[in-house]
Amino acid sequence: MLDFIWLIPLIPLAGVLINGFFGRRMPLKVVGVIACATVLAAFLLSVGAVVQLAGSEPNADGLRIHEVGELDWIPLDAVSVPWEFSLDPLGSVLLLVVTGVGFLIHVYSIGYMAHEKDYARFFTYLNLFMGMMLTLVLAGNMMVMFVGWEGVGLCSYLLIGFYYDKPFDTRTGLTCADAGRKAFITNRIGDFAFLIGVLYLAINFGTLTFSEISEKVTHAGPGSHALLVGVGILLFLGACGKSAQIPLYVWLPDAMAGPTPVSALIHAATMVTAGVYMVARMSALYAQAPEAMAVIAAVGALTAIFAAIMGTAATDIKKVLAYSTVSQLGYMFAALGVGAYVAGIFHLMTHAFFKALLFLGAGSVIHGMNGEQDITKMGGLRKKMPRTYWTFLVATLAIAGIPGLAGFFSKDEILWGAWSSGNKMVWLTLAAAAGVTAFYMFRLVYLTFWGRFRGGDEAESHVHESNNLMTVPLMILAGLAIVGGWVGFPNSFLKDAPFIHSFHHWLAPAIADSHGGGHGAEASHSAGVEFGLMALAVGIALCGIFLALQIYKSSSLPQKIADTLGPVYKLVRNLFWVDELYNLVVLRPFYAVCRGFRWVDIHVVDGLVNGTRNATLGLSYISNLHDRVVVDGLVNLTGWTTTLFHRMLGRVQTGMIQTYLSVMLLGVFILIAYYTLAG
Amino acid sequence: MLTVSHVMILSLVLFGIGVFGVLTRRNILIVLMSLELILNAANLNFVAFSWAHPGIQGQVFALFVICVAAGEVAVGLAILITLFRNRNSVNIDEFHLMKG
Repeated sequence: MLDFIWLIPLIPLAGVLINGFFGRRMPLKVVGVIACATVLAAFLLSVGAVVQLAGSEPNADGLRIHEVGELDWIPLDAVSVPWEFSLDPLGSVLLLVVTGVGFLIHVYSIGYMAHEKDYARFFTYLNLFMGMMLTLVLAGNMMVMFVGWEGVGLCSYLLIGFYYDKPFDTRTGLTCADAGRKAFITNRIGDFAFLIGVLYLAINFGTLTFSEISEKVTHAGPGSHALLVGVGILLFLGACGKSAQIPLYVWLPDAMAGPTPVSALIHAATMVTAGVYMVARMSALYAQAPEAMAVIAAVGALTAIFAAIMGTAATDIKKVLAYSTVSQLGYMFAALGVGAYVAGIFHLMTHAFFKALLFLGAGSVIHGMNGEQDITKMGGLRKKMPRTYWTFLVATLAIAGIPGLAGFFSKDEILWGAWSSGNKMVWLTLAAAAGVTAFYMFRLVYLTFWGRFRGGDEAESHVHESNNLMTVPLMILAGLAIVGGWVGFPNSFLKDAPFIHSFHHWLAPAIADSHGGGHGAEASHSAGVEFGLMALAVGIALCGIFLALQIYKSSSLPQKIADTLGPVYKLVRNLFWVDELYNLVVLRPFYAVCRGFRWVDIHVVDGLVNGTRNATLGLSYISNLHDRVVVDGLVNLTGWTTTLFHRMLGRVQTGMIQTYLSVMLLGVFILIAYYTLAG
Repeated sequence: MLTVSHVMILSLVLFGIGVFGVLTRRNILIVLMSLELILNAANLNFVAFSWAHPGIQGQVFALFVICVAAGEVAVGLAILITLFRNRNSVNIDEFHLMKG
């Protein structure tokens, strides 16, 4: 099946064609089933391909990789870019996560979107997204990846603006369509940097195929060091846009304007991790550019703590999760930045499970609350929605890093990677962020599921558990959120068990490590230190949980704390005024420039256009005058002359034949007289 | 002694009467008859010259003219009858359809 991986992105795209053209005329059930079936087919094909890949012979570098497609796409002299796909262990992780989680979310969407009018449009976009995401994951070179990269950006835009006619954020006055536009434009900034980076690579290395780039950058000599650092930072800027890192994270919280399954699929589990995936793909390049890696580590760690703090004050259930996503993505980038690629990808996978679960749980809550998203109007939903509650709790424990669940293993591995690579500041920031994460997640659980209902009796009577189409995917994801981390048991546990670190062994050959990371650390591995750090991280998380439970147990304490903190709370509540800052620094000058261009347009460009128009009018007037006076004059003159002669000569023709004869006779006499006299 | 001159004077007189008739009479029938006078004045000339200068050509020509005149009269009379049927008149002054 490895030779058919090019088919995987095409299957959902076939669904796009069917639902896009005929979806409106088909029954809702058929639309949903077609959408799910295409993703399921893609998933099964992916599983087959990955199993076959695992059984194949590794190449000389110990890497199992399969490349297909030598289709000429952009054949230039300087660089020839074929349309090619490839599958290696790194891609296989993403492939299974995207298709597997994607399928569950598709099934969930059938239930969640049942009452929407644009049912077919939704599934068309969703399938289009799957096709584009799979193109991105399976891409064999930068350009094919860029196609998928832009494609998922487009789908993100379309789906954020799905309820295009509805208002979204009262604080900033955004509509859903505005939110979509914001996401699109913010992404465009990052994509611009990304494209420049790609072109630099193409110019300097003459190829865009991943395996060849890895080969060439590894042997690129010190002369190209500055170039590699520059390209690395440019590519990372692209990743910042796609994966919502500082300074381009602002679109993700507003992306929550889209339907909740979209938030789960695109803005939590898959698309936003594309940046992480891309950086990991380019690990060979980053291995030659430690400065770029330092930037990534710093940005990632800062984003992790910064977004986590903003998550503590949000009151919209989805926005809390959005900031959480930004924060967790920061974790992944921090891991990549310190060289712990495997840990980063590991966290990407576990995060996809528990964050998709959190979003789908939030969707279930919103569905049960008939569209209410404000957690200050919830509470006590534990009894009303038991399935949603239990699965949500599992995901919360997983993200908080409670031992035994998926998030614990991956988070611990990132923290260990940061510590063992000597980045103590990164470690400290991430550990603090872990505590904040535990705090805001339990705040969310407390306000939503525990305590008393605060939305009024009327609303309370309508709250209901969602149907099986929605809860079964929740339960499957809950299972994954528990066991998903077990493929990456830390080294220190159960050293001799056969499945230890199977994830590490699977993935490691696909990563070019710069300074050891997980590998090199194994030599100096001190089990004691790792256990100590692990216990410390768990302790921090437990502190966060305990704090959240203590604060939100009483109904007045949160307000009191907010009052005490005063300006600090206000700062966080208003999201550090970053949106306003961007407005002032970027948008205002931009608008001013726009107004300048508008002035030029009106006065210069329009002036030229109007001048042309006036000149044409003048010429036309002259031409008209010439036509009327000269041309028509000649024609009329001919007519007049003819009429004149007619008037004069018409009298001669009396119609009296005897007159004619008399004149003729006179003429004959005159002729005779003339000739007689003349000669 | 009868000479060509005498015959020519006769033919001139005939011609003059014919022209006078064509130009002054109002009855189309008379006009046609006057035309015959003109033609026969010419015929008389042909025959007279043929007599004075021995040769047959003049007389043959006269015969041709008589034939043509017969045809001309046939056509002229037919037009005349048609005109009379349509307008109930043979007055030449009443026919000026070709007036410009």
